[in-house]
Amino acid sequence: MLAKRIIPCLDVKDGKTVKGVNFVNFRDAGDPVELGAQYSRQGADELVYLDITASHEGRKTFTELVKKVAANISIPFTVGGGINALSDVDRLLAAGADKVSINSSALRNPDLIEEIAKNFGSQVCVVAIDANLENGNWLCYLNGGRIPTDKFLFDWAKEAESRGAGEILFTSMTHDGVKEGYPNEALAYLADTLHIPVIASGGAGEMSHFRDAFTLGKADAALAASVFHFGEIGISDLKKYLSEEGVNVRL
Amino acid sequence: MKVVIIKYNAGNIYSVDYALKRLGVEPVITDDPKLICSADKVIFPGVGEALSTMTYLKERGLDALIRGLKQPVLGICLGMQLMCRFSEEGSAICLGIFDTHVKRFIPDRHEDKVPHMGWNTLTDVKSCLFTAEQEDKFAYFVHSYYVPLNEYTIATTDYILPFSAALHKDNFYATQFHPEKSGDVGEQILTNFLKL
Repeated sequence: MLAKRIIPCLDVKDGKTVKGVNFVNFRDAGDPVELGAQYSRQGADELVYLDITASHEGRKTFTELVKKVAANISIPFTVGGGINALSDVDRLLAAGADKVSINSSALRNPDLIEEIAKNFGSQVCVVAIDANLENGNWLCYLNGGRIPTDKFLFDWAKEAESRGAGEILFTSMTHDGVKEGYPNEALAYLADTLHIPVIASGGAGEMSHFRDAFTLGKADAALAASVFHFGEIGISDLKKYLSEEGVNVRL
Repeated sequence: MKVVIIKYNAGNIYSVDYALKRLGVEPVITDDPKLICSADKVIFPGVGEALSTMTYLKERGLDALIRGLKQPVLGICLGMQLMCRFSEEGSAICLGIFDTHVKRFIPDRHEDKVPHMGWNTLTDVKSCLFTAEQEDKFAYFVHSYYVPLNEYTIATTDYILPFSAALHKDNFYATQFHPEKSGDVGEQILTNFLKL
């Protein structure tokens, strides 16, 4: 049976891992390759590396990092951040990434989803959505949660799917960093209406939150950062717990 | 030991290269017939689309070359599907090493998403490519088309229906999953292949 996936996310700036609390106040959390290798040994199913560097020089550093990750780590990994054109996708896949995650660039230029799907296959195209719950609606945001758009989560996710997205990575800005659990109702709605996998992101604080994302939220994968980076939850402990709770995970 | 990775218009070649280097092997990535034929082991990887890839291989005569190889050959993912007779993907006539066809997954229930993507278990493993250790272990899959169970099946995975996770006939081995992305389990399977 296909296993539910646990995905640590590493935000990378100038070659080092950082993690935001509610998208601000970065704290240092180590060397990205070493951290990724450690997660892989502990049983992570995939890794996500997000480049949060803005500069051109930073992009080059990130591409070199992608090569190092590919050389050292034997599980699939996704890269995101600063992907605006097909040439960026080509560069990152050639460096060894398995998938790319696009967010603001997909909102600004939805055709990019189709271009990636057509040239490299849907399976490499993860569309990440940052949304905030406002007056009962999930409003999508650009630029790491700084700029509101006129799009809503469920419509945009459906559109991304029809344009060829291979997976939806939904981050709740309302829940991110708060550690009170994932937005399970919204996740379940996505799972019921989409035909592609949904990755839950934002809000994990304890092991039961992961279980709930899979059982109540029907997510295919759950992503988290700080609970793993700061050792609050060990991945091997988490997977053992999920297995005991009846969730099919890779042990 | 000389290991060749066949170079063609498919993605994911470098992941296999990296995985072999982690095992201490320095593979050669090439489409040179002489180098391919003189290798001790040949790996035929692949992520891509069946019809355009078969057209590319035929234009360069690589189809006949692969069919005629005598040393151990390992096809991976699309590589495995191309080693079959026919693929529903683009109605491609393939290499015909395994006399079986490749079908598209048809979902039964809403939860059955296509592509089949992620970690799934290997069961009924046999042949020299596997040891008993890999039984019930997870491997990493990404594919929308599958090879039904047949006389060459040497590992089974269940998604929507039981299908061939690996095939073997004479010197030809193939896996639907990506051993190069399957952590320790994948490394063990690649090691088993290199020992053949």
